[in-house]
Amino acid sequence: MADSMTEVAVPEAGASGTRPGRFSVLLRAGLRWVGVLPFGVYVALGLAVPTIAIAIGAFQNSSTGAATISNIDTAVHGTYLTGLETSLELSAITAIAGGIFGLFIAYAIQTAKRGTVLRRIVITLSGVFANFGGVPLAILFIAALSTTGVVTGWIADVFNGFDIWNHGFTLYDLRGVAIVYMYFQVPLMVLVILPALEGLRPAWREAAHNMGAGTWHYWRYVGGPVLFPSFLGCLLLLFGSGLSAYATAEALTGGTIALTPIQIGSLLNGNVLAGQQNLGYALGLIMIAIIAIVMILYTLLQRRAARWLR
Amino acid sequence: MATIASAEQADTEVPAKAGRPPGRRRRWAAWRWAVLLIAAVFFGIPLYSGLKFAGFKAFTQVIGYQQFGSAFALSLRLALIATVLTLVLMVPTSVYVHLRLPRTRRFMEAITILPIVIPPIVLIIGVLKAAPGFLIATPNLLGLEYVILSMPFAYRSLDAGLRSFDVRTLVEASNSLGAGWPTTLWRVVIPNLRTAIMSATVLTVALVLGEYTMASLDNFQTFPVWIVNFEQNSGPVSVAASLLALFVTWLLLMLIVTVGSRSARKHGGAQVTLFSVGIQQVSRTRGESE
Repeated sequence: MADSMTEVAVPEAGASGTRPGRFSVLLRAGLRWVGVLPFGVYVALGLAVPTIAIAIGAFQNSSTGAATISNIDTAVHGTYLTGLETSLELSAITAIAGGIFGLFIAYAIQTAKRGTVLRRIVITLSGVFANFGGVPLAILFIAALSTTGVVTGWIADVFNGFDIWNHGFTLYDLRGVAIVYMYFQVPLMVLVILPALEGLRPAWREAAHNMGAGTWHYWRYVGGPVLFPSFLGCLLLLFGSGLSAYATAEALTGGTIALTPIQIGSLLNGNVLAGQQNLGYALGLIMIAIIAIVMILYTLLQRRAARWLR
Repeated sequence: MATIASAEQADTEVPAKAGRPPGRRRRWAAWRWAVLLIAAVFFGIPLYSGLKFAGFKAFTQVIGYQQFGSAFALSLRLALIATVLTLVLMVPTSVYVHLRLPRTRRFMEAITILPIVIPPIVLIIGVLKAAPGFLIATPNLLGLEYVILSMPFAYRSLDAGLRSFDVRTLVEASNSLGAGWPTTLWRVVIPNLRTAIMSATVLTVALVLGEYTMASLDNFQTFPVWIVNFEQNSGPVSVAASLLALFVTWLLLMLIVTVGSRSARKHGGAQVTLFSVGIQQVSRTRGESE
């Protein structure tokens, strides 16, 4: 961080000294950004413009197009508020549980010998499973854990006909969906936390060891504090990923669980009353606002993490 | 080129290998296997249940099933559009950021991670609202948006690839030998990025072959939408198709990473495994401290 401060400060000092220098410095600074222009334009068109379109739509009346805040008002009350709360709860649960589990898996293969087949298998599987979701994922879990599922049958066999579905278990409520979400949250965690784990240098561990620190002391005073900002940052990513998932919960529950993405989907698919798509935009805008907060925190944590890692 | 790289590896591999005292490794092994076992059970059992549900016969029926051909062809077309555009856009950008704007790498990371956290359902309704009519009428619009969705994975894998070798030295050497930028990019940088580019390609294809939300709201029957539409009357075939897609994608990734790390061993240079680089941290810190 100190490095970046000096780099910013130097050209400014030069520019204030000599007047003609300022223009060429500015020009050079501008030209440096030309290389990322195509990327910037693409992101603006593909990501920023749609977001702005939603923001505008959120404040328009569905039939007249007149400016209104009634969409936002509806979006933060009643069933839509419940949906938002359920979504946040689901994302938080799956982020924390998936994050911890993913951290352990990532650490297990990180400490394994480099380049081994095991490591390769875990990382490539994570790449595939992190993108897995929707109906196929829902069907896998229905095949495993529904009333007639494979695992349900195993449990019944082992425990004298004990039926988990008669004892409070269901796949179609918040907890059920959370279990299924772990199938893509955990692999995502493995992928995003690995670079941070690789930043933990063996030399630090040796140094701590030489000074008499055991495993607990190493993690309490060295590894933990270094890793913690990255870990929190990755949890935020998982939180966002859980918040944005739509297809899996939709397929699993048939849209009966009240989650904001599902509500948006049904508003925009025309399953509800016609002329309500602007309410969908309003819900979308609220999600974007939450994501914006998450990303600001993420960036701050990444900056904090950069003090030691890389 | 190879000598530079192998000299660097000889430099860096020793401290990395001497990383952990042997006694500790044995103590770790127990919980490591426990964690991996739990993971294997959690990820394996649903797969097994799905296989059992689909049955063997369904796998032979996938190809040639109603509308499977056209849906799969559409998905492949979108995958082609998305992959080509992703590579054309992201390879030069990530190389440029790496060489000229290294301070903005963190910013790039934050920008490219956005598609993971921005709900696709929100993005697609915005796109359908903002895009011009001639684009909305064709499925190609989906291909264009899949470039955005694949950015998190493509950028990370390219970034890992760029960190695995000394881009700056190679580019300077190439330039001082009289090669222009296009030649340098095409004949020096891209060959070194081969593994990363292939990983980015497979991950993009995997994403396109699995993306349901945007395609369904855009009302085009891609492969994932077909799976949903036909799940009602032929569940086993749908499951078989998606398991097949999952397996083929994984096999491709595994092949790329294995071949990539074998050639890394042969030619020297750090191993790239999707998003992370094997032996590179040590050399970087050394470079900075000097």
